[in-house]
Amino acid sequence: MTIKDKTAIVGVGATPYYKRGKSQPQTMEELVGKATLAALADAGLKATDVDGFAFFGGGFDTPTLVETLGIPEIRFTAMLTGTGGGSAGALGLAASAIITGVAKTIVVVGGMQQILHRYGVSTSDYPPTPYNTFFSAAGLVGPGHLFALLARRHMHLYGTRRKHFGEIALSNRANAQNNPEAVMFGKPMTMEDYFNAPLLADPHCLFDFCLENDGAVAVVITSSERARDLRQKPAYIMSSTHGGERSWGRAMYWQGMSDEFYASSGQQSVARHLYEVAGIGPQDVDCAQIYDHFTSQVLMQLEDFGFCGKGESGAFVESGAIRMGGKLPLNTDGGQTSCGYMWGMTHIREAVLQIRGTSTNQVQGAKIVLATGGPTAIPVSAALLRGE
Amino acid sequence: MSDIIRTKTPPIGLFQFAADTYTQPFWDAAREHKLKMPSCSACGFRRFPPTPFCPECHSQDLTWTELSGEAIIYSYTIVERAVLPGMAEFIPYMPIVVDFPDFPGVRLVSSLVDAPLDAVHVGSKVRVRWDDLPDGVTLPRFVLADD
Ligand SMILES: [Zn+2]
Repeated sequence: MTIKDKTAIVGVGATPYYKRGKSQPQTMEELVGKATLAALADAGLKATDVDGFAFFGGGFDTPTLVETLGIPEIRFTAMLTGTGGGSAGALGLAASAIITGVAKTIVVVGGMQQILHRYGVSTSDYPPTPYNTFFSAAGLVGPGHLFALLARRHMHLYGTRRKHFGEIALSNRANAQNNPEAVMFGKPMTMEDYFNAPLLADPHCLFDFCLENDGAVAVVITSSERARDLRQKPAYIMSSTHGGERSWGRAMYWQGMSDEFYASSGQQSVARHLYEVAGIGPQDVDCAQIYDHFTSQVLMQLEDFGFCGKGESGAFVESGAIRMGGKLPLNTDGGQTSCGYMWGMTHIREAVLQIRGTSTNQVQGAKIVLATGGPTAIPVSAALLRGE
Repeated sequence: MSDIIRTKTPPIGLFQFAADTYTQPFWDAAREHKLKMPSCSACGFRRFPPTPFCPECHSQDLTWTELSGEAIIYSYTIVERAVLPGMAEFIPYMPIVVDFPDFPGVRLVSSLVDAPLDAVHVGSKVRVRWDDLPDGVTLPRFVLADD
């Protein structure tokens, strides 16, 4: 038994994507509530239809949403564990609960509000442990520093260069120019701009980092049977997997991985199971929304999800493959570096819009779309959506 | 002269110390300016930092071996931008991850200090330097071996 095609995303909603701090005076509960109500309205459902929540990231919790949205009863509420990789995997939590009859209508929602807390320096907020003592001693205070170490090794092993990271940043930025909702809409960028940007954590420059911003995105999931009677074209959940291997483990918080895993996104096993459940391969994917907290990690995911060979992602993106009209149009809303960053929920939203045929950068005839969760310590995650 | 930019020590204000039963012997050895690494007393499997169980045999006993202090840079980054208060005067600094040719299988996260920025690459040979902090903790840091 698998979850394949038994559930579907029937509604999607979002707040505007605000620059960091600009969502005030709204509260996190307000942002998450607005996204949830928008997703329900999009589906033609009401808050009284909701009986479950699944999410990653938190910063809010189910009881407040139940209270303020008037949800009569909750039968399922679950949060994927971990440090950032879970939004695509949360779809699988919801699908499993619906298929087993635990709940009927589940909202997967994610919100981000970086007023008190900047995720760019988040590791410096963690209490000291016997393990992170080594990192604070080395001055490794943000995820950008940690992922720079992985990026450097990838460059060393495979000849990857900064211009390859730059191609991800430029491709995302070009896509954002067609998306009025993108934070970087109206702000085109050239490779010269990219190379003129300050190196924050060599080899990562400013434009290799995702945006810091505020907002929320929600999707509504129900059984495929019910989905066919609702107003939107269903985005069927073919597959949603999460987890990872011991060889990856705590990953950049460990630094002990072998070369095969060190210069990777840790998504190898998750990708394998994802395709197995869906019964397809990377060649069947029409476009991909790949978690881009750092551009270097997009390259490594292209390899782990089988779009190119190990170490070949630099050449793959240089060939134009990820651009609109290319072999694998990527991050068609502008991605987390140019559209908005909400724990990967923007990627889920864009995947649904591609399936519906309503993206501002629509890939003609897109039937199967990949969305990934953030490479980080276990769990990492991914999901495949398909249309009719 | 000073066109050559040399790496500084990482911002000391960011350092927060914690140890447990399993990592404490590393820090005890550091106070004596000795670099020691653990292996499983039962099966010899190496892990660092040492967690409560050996993942191969679940023994909790560790045997500590003193190393030469010579290491190879496995990867590095250069921090050239202060993102927190108190960082600016320490820029640039260079976090590194090192392998030990005389003890393969473990990796240490540390920093490379007093090195010309453009002289460093993956594979550079480095050796340990001990920095005694006022609060009684001694930190291993590294310098280029050819210096
Ligand atoms: Zn053992």
